[in-house]
Amino acid sequence: MTPKRTMASLTAALIAAATLASCAESDRDAGDGGGGGDDGTFIFGAAGAPEMFDPFYATDGETFRVTRQMFEGLLGIEPGSAEVVPELATEWTPNEDGTEWTFTLRDDVTFHDGEPFNAEAVCANFERMFDQNEAGQVAGEYWGYVMGAFANDPDNSLYQSCEATDEFEAVVTISGPTSGFPTMLTLESLSMQSPKALEEGDANGIAAEGEGFSFPDYANNPVGTGPFTFGEYDEANGTISLERNDDYWGDAAKVSELVFRVIPDESTRRQELEAGSINGYDLPNPVDWNALEESGNSVEIRDAFNILYLGFNPDTNPQLQDLKVRQALNIAINREQLVQTQLPEGAEVATQFMPKTVSGYNTELQAPEYDPERAKELLAEAGAEGMTLTFAYPTEVSRPYMPDPQKLYEALRTDLEAVGVNVEVKTASWNGGYLDNVTAGKYDAYILGWTGDYDSPFNFIGTFFGNLKENDFGTSAMPWGQQLADDLKAADAIVDEEERSAAFEEINAQIMEEYLPGLPISHSPPALVVGPGVEGVIPSPLTAEEFDTVSVGGE
Amino acid sequence: MLRFVLRRLIQMVGVVLVLSVLVFVWLRSLPGGPVSALLGERGTPERRAALEKALGLDQPLPVQYLRYMERAVQGDFGVSTKVLPGEDALDIFFARLPATIELSFFALVIAIALGIPLGYLAARRKGTPLDTTTVIFSLVGVAVPVFFTGFLLKYFFAVEWNLLPVSGRQSTGLDATRVTGLFVLDGILTREWDAAWDALKHLVLPAVALATIPFAVIFRITRASVLDVLDEDYVRTAEAKGLTAQVIRGRHVLRNAILPVVTTVGLQVGALLSGAVLTETVFSIRGIGDALATAFRDKDYPVLQVLIIAAAAIYVLVNLLVDIAYAVIDPRIRTR
Repeated sequence: MTPKRTMASLTAALIAAATLASCAESDRDAGDGGGGGDDGTFIFGAAGAPEMFDPFYATDGETFRVTRQMFEGLLGIEPGSAEVVPELATEWTPNEDGTEWTFTLRDDVTFHDGEPFNAEAVCANFERMFDQNEAGQVAGEYWGYVMGAFANDPDNSLYQSCEATDEFEAVVTISGPTSGFPTMLTLESLSMQSPKALEEGDANGIAAEGEGFSFPDYANNPVGTGPFTFGEYDEANGTISLERNDDYWGDAAKVSELVFRVIPDESTRRQELEAGSINGYDLPNPVDWNALEESGNSVEIRDAFNILYLGFNPDTNPQLQDLKVRQALNIAINREQLVQTQLPEGAEVATQFMPKTVSGYNTELQAPEYDPERAKELLAEAGAEGMTLTFAYPTEVSRPYMPDPQKLYEALRTDLEAVGVNVEVKTASWNGGYLDNVTAGKYDAYILGWTGDYDSPFNFIGTFFGNLKENDFGTSAMPWGQQLADDLKAADAIVDEEERSAAFEEINAQIMEEYLPGLPISHSPPALVVGPGVEGVIPSPLTAEEFDTVSVGGE
Repeated sequence: MLRFVLRRLIQMVGVVLVLSVLVFVWLRSLPGGPVSALLGERGTPERRAALEKALGLDQPLPVQYLRYMERAVQGDFGVSTKVLPGEDALDIFFARLPATIELSFFALVIAIALGIPLGYLAARRKGTPLDTTTVIFSLVGVAVPVFFTGFLLKYFFAVEWNLLPVSGRQSTGLDATRVTGLFVLDGILTREWDAAWDALKHLVLPAVALATIPFAVIFRITRASVLDVLDEDYVRTAEAKGLTAQVIRGRHVLRNAILPVVTTVGLQVGALLSGAVLTETVFSIRGIGDALATAFRDKDYPVLQVLIIAAAAIYVLVNLLVDIAYAVIDPRIRTR
């Protein structure tokens, strides 16, 4: 191109830009520089974008972190613990057999759209969650998970009905008592939403479309009762802004605006915090904890509410059906060393398949003593010396209970090999087949774990061993598999809390001493980090922090 | 010329069709899938089966493909399962495209603006310290991975010296008006100068990080090409004719040396698209690359299909444009 033509094109481009400029108008309100008020903005770095804003269909932590600030459940969780406390309901009492629960509601709550919160709203919510179309039944994952079924299959549903007996009193009927109810009402998915907004936004209008689901408008226009209201999701810039709800029934939030910024890369989140452009982020890498503290940030360590275990599959490897073999492997692992060298500060050796914060935890159980010599003897007695084990770990994943799966695996593998076990290394990526393979029983042994949804023993050991046909431990191959599943269900149905806890404590002892379906390894505390000047963050074992108590430097 | 363009466009349709089959089959042959990604630890066989059925993944592959194509010809490429659940996959592509265009454009401008003049200078001053330094510099550009370059740039320019923002496209709370999705252009069009300036500042580091490889390639090709041309008889003849150095450089050396460079620039668009995956992740830019990374991790088939095929189509299209540019620069190609 000659200089003349270059000049001509440049001029043309400038003219075009000028013409376009005359058609584009700024949407800015005069005098408003953005932001929502004068009490500061708390900016939190999120690892991923939220899926949507209707918690009922949501499944992942990044979504719940956002919706938790806008929605509340009938029951809440005491900040800093896993304990159930009143939230929108002030009291709840069961009938004698634990099937009818009467909830007394707060009488001073309104939804963000001005609609009153009352017993009718509660029942409208339950009915909305129960009455899902085919797509909704698959997408409404948490309801399916805790309630078992939907309106088209009432016989298999825990939820049966809801009745508004008074303006602020609702009675919920369930099919049978369980430790999960009403604790499950603390689940973010089961939050209370404005019935009017649900109806107007056609909240249940979900449809299967091609290889996904299409969601109704409501999923992006959520209306709850919480301390923050929905502001805007700027998808192109990866920010979600929430504004303080000045009509909140409780103490108003300390900051006027709460912003979540999507920053997928962990080291970038750290750099953003160091540059002062965000005020905090979740799950800092444990190797950075000290450095972060030294540069004036504060690393808030949560109590562990998870378990890392080594799962067995006696179905694929019959040698594992021998209790002596499992006991040998149990004492072959040096848990103390593993916790000290591979896991972050505050991690603990597991003595059973649940952390101590859960009711039903058996305080008398001791961690198995590390004894490789005895392990070899036991293996010899079982005729399994030199046994071969396909043992797997996942890649491309970091979970609160296993920050670095490969490192944990290497430590476990070294211990197993030290007692003469031939380990055949297997691996797959987390979303690329690992979970499928575990469920399909393709490995003799594997590492996996669980983070609790709420304070219920059944949410841990019931999930692991309560369903004989569908569990990753292959307990159906064991003579005691059925008994264990039955015992768990029976304990779960005990109405009296103390009695129920005692029953679970006994089962925990039995699991560790008689059955040993797998090896509980450790509980690892996840942390979050906030920058200088941020106060009021209360770390939650359930990673369910509420940011209304947070204030930002000087304000 | 028109026939040439038409023929190439028809070829492009063929490429896209073949690619759609390959991508469809390839994605589904990978272990795992959207069901694992959606259910995580909570996936019991029963719930996996229900979800698989709801998503139509329980059908044989050919049936799945035919269903997909049936919808695709009507412009329906399916909805996202995880990147932005429920959103039309094609809409996600268009929503994410401006960020990637903006980033790639600035990266390309940097690569060309530095690569061609420096390549030319290095050739003219072959063997001098300037030549050696720039050659080493370009080698480093190719050798160092983008995420590391990105990390260092962020560390010094954003964290240590606080000159530029760490990541993202625009500061929070700026209240910028969106017109085209190209943030810098939007700021100019709406005369929100602070928004344009803010977006530009956000672009500097990622664009530099992304530009390193194209810069190195353009620089080296320019240098080699100029060196070749400088040896040609016609340059010597021009010198003997007594033409001024300026005329020789402009009319004979640069014009002839630039042809291979133009081809290279076209090919670099592919490199930019693949580089964008890492750059966008490291700099939290919500573009095609970031969507690809998320979709791949979570096995979001509809989004992956649209993004991969669209990226390929863009690549083919850009190379078509390069061929046209070629024809403009070199009249001999037009007549062939």
